[in-house]
Amino acid sequence: MKRGQLAEAIGFIFLKLCVGAVLLALVIILYDIVSKGIGSINWEFLTTMPKNGMTEGGILPAIIGTFLVTIITAILAVPLGMGCAIYLNEYAKDNLLNRIIRMSIRNLSGVPSIVYGLFGVILFVQLMRFGTCVLSAGLTLGLMTLPWTITASEEALKNVPKSYREGALALGATKWQSIRTNVLPYAVPGMLTGTILGLSRAAGETAPILFTGVAFFLPFLPKSLFSQFMALPYHLYIMSTQHHAISKVRPLAYGTALVLIALIFVMNLFAVVLRYNLRKVKTE
Amino acid sequence: MAYSRIKENTIHGLFFFNGVLVIVVLVGIFVLLITKSMPAFKEISLLHFLFSFKWNPTASFVEPSYGIWSMIVSTFMVSIGALFIALPLGVGTAAYLSDVASYRVREIFKPLVEILAGIPSVVIGFLGIVLVGPVIAKIFRLSNGLNALNGAILLAIMALPTIISLSEEALKGVPKSFEEASLALGATKWQTLTRVKIPAALSGIIAASMLGMGRAIGETMTVLMATGCALAMPKSFLDSVQTMTATIAIELGEVPYDTTHYYALFAIGLVLFIITFVINMISDIILHKYQRVIK
Amino acid sequence: MDNCKITVHNFNFYYGGVKVLKNISMEIPENRVTGIIGPSGCGKSTFLRSINRMNDTILGARAEGRIVIDGRNIYDDDIDVVGVRRKVGMVFQKSNPFPKSIFENVAYGLRINGEKDRYRIEEAVEKSLKDAALWDEVKDRLNKNAFELSGGQQQRLCIARALAVEPEILLMDEPASALDPTATLKIEELIQELKKKYTIVIVTHNMQQAARISDFTAFFMLGELIEYNITSIIFTKPSRKITEDYITGRFG
Repeated sequence: MKRGQLAEAIGFIFLKLCVGAVLLALVIILYDIVSKGIGSINWEFLTTMPKNGMTEGGILPAIIGTFLVTIITAILAVPLGMGCAIYLNEYAKDNLLNRIIRMSIRNLSGVPSIVYGLFGVILFVQLMRFGTCVLSAGLTLGLMTLPWTITASEEALKNVPKSYREGALALGATKWQSIRTNVLPYAVPGMLTGTILGLSRAAGETAPILFTGVAFFLPFLPKSLFSQFMALPYHLYIMSTQHHAISKVRPLAYGTALVLIALIFVMNLFAVVLRYNLRKVKTE
Repeated sequence: MAYSRIKENTIHGLFFFNGVLVIVVLVGIFVLLITKSMPAFKEISLLHFLFSFKWNPTASFVEPSYGIWSMIVSTFMVSIGALFIALPLGVGTAAYLSDVASYRVREIFKPLVEILAGIPSVVIGFLGIVLVGPVIAKIFRLSNGLNALNGAILLAIMALPTIISLSEEALKGVPKSFEEASLALGATKWQTLTRVKIPAALSGIIAASMLGMGRAIGETMTVLMATGCALAMPKSFLDSVQTMTATIAIELGEVPYDTTHYYALFAIGLVLFIITFVINMISDIILHKYQRVIK
Repeated sequence: MDNCKITVHNFNFYYGGVKVLKNISMEIPENRVTGIIGPSGCGKSTFLRSINRMNDTILGARAEGRIVIDGRNIYDDDIDVVGVRRKVGMVFQKSNPFPKSIFENVAYGLRINGEKDRYRIEEAVEKSLKDAALWDEVKDRLNKNAFELSGGQQQRLCIARALAVEPEILLMDEPASALDPTATLKIEELIQELKKKYTIVIVTHNMQQAARISDFTAFFMLGELIEYNITSIIFTKPSRKITEDYITGRFG
């Protein structure tokens, strides 16, 4: 008995150490970036072009580029992801084809991001002749985001009680009427939340855009969907490994990392607040 | 009436095509990778490609060489190293959260894990250069800390959220009756956890670590930035390595279109795709078997 | 016997490969309350859900035989299922108001059927709530969320919602099983009132309730229709021993 308790005490200490290590990793990451990045952040850094071979100036084109490419990602991934989730949760029967669809989704979410990049090069840059541009990069990221948005949207649909659907059908609603009027209104907040979380991950991705449109340095903003662009994650990569004066631009790299993390954090926060607010409206 | 039925069927059809699109994308990736890889194998034998460790596509005086074995070894070395670090930490954390922590601690911890999951790989790679690298260099007295160990540590951090949340789910899935039966026999909480719950959740935990490993194998930016990128057979974790993903990332931007080298890079992509596909399928099968047993 | 509203001919029903309704044949009279009793798992709810084809939503379900309503087999291939459900309303075991206002709950069926006229919707909502004996309790707070109502009120709201689309038949699946005695009594009184206009089929677990409210009673067991007759006969002189055993509480 005594020995059992001793083992338990030691065991729990081990578990606490694990938790502590995970927390420590997170704290170190955030502390390092925030403390060393905050000094670079000012109005000029956020709103001007890079200058003098990117050793001075701001990161405006990278912010705008990431913003634009994420919009394209959303345009592809949000409707298709929601549609696929609606099909799977509302229409699909448990048959071989639909099991294959589910398996495909799980596999797509495991496909390495660089492989999506290769796929984007072949399909969008070459076959569709979009060239390396905002559009190609956004569509590539969109395909990568698709399995996440499907999974998140289906989760939200599953949370709508079955009785809402049955109740509507029993009143003579058609299937689509019951979905549109009595399922989607209650699922959309959750769908959007999950989708925005997926988009925030896409915004931080680098590998899929490497060869589909991102540029090393552009002293101007993208003019159309068919222009190349700068992006925050790629800019951080350049500033930390490819720049000719790496140690000189380190503060700028930290600043870029902080802006990127802050952007993702704000998107996540937005998603959570959205869920909270829409939920409040619903129960009122 | 007929009109509304046509409308219903049309809508159903549209959603159906939307669902099938997912299969099209997956098969499309596979098919396009194969068509782009095939030309490479006109000049390189498959065996040479996979098992020769000499990768020198731009050799000008000798015959160019396209062997990716050292990259495959590097990839697995870094990923398995990452798993080695992340698995005990992740399962320990999951066990703490599911069995020891109070509801409040769990609720606080959950978003923290999500924040960790949300940190982009390029930022983690950056920290590998500025933070982890110098520490490793100091401890092991190396000229720089960009090596397999660095990559493994970073990938472990990236795999942690997946392993924590999936393991926690697996532990929660163990029927309450198992736990109660064990406690009723006079077992301590710790004994119950290690001898009943973790064994019962084992397949879920294995599936979680497979998924984490699949992610690690496919991760690009982190290893590109933090492992030093040296094309050679690694002898220890303190050697610089270059993974398959890093090779594609470094070379695809510089290689002329429609050369053997260009196609060979797509072939590396195909190998990556197949490896991660197989790992995902295995974890899928383990997970499904496990769910059936629990039911 | 009264005018027959629903005729069931040799009806079988399967979940997966399992036969859960075995060769049911019965006639359900118009403007009467027909009670269906039997032990749990005897197929009474499945039978009820077959009458408005709600079982269509269950994966792997299959029906055989015919259920004829007003001379039309609702299992014909070319039947308009949505039309069947408009004609055959349903109240579920657990009250299932939608997370909308009281008004919008009742108006829902009208809106999906294409009614846009605000005045007509208001009129129908008021009438349905009155028919469901709920109007006086909610008329001042029609815009409040339906979840604010008590359990019994929620169930009457669901009845009102079903009435608003003007069905001819009302199926009730243990509508009072989750309610306290006072609320149950209210629902029972309401059913007596409703049968003047509607044909009612009610599944109940509670034999006293069946004896109180139904004109005809059918006893189901293990997917079979054991006995079906006027309620007073079922409860006083059942022709089968097993019916008597169930009614006197020897099992169930």
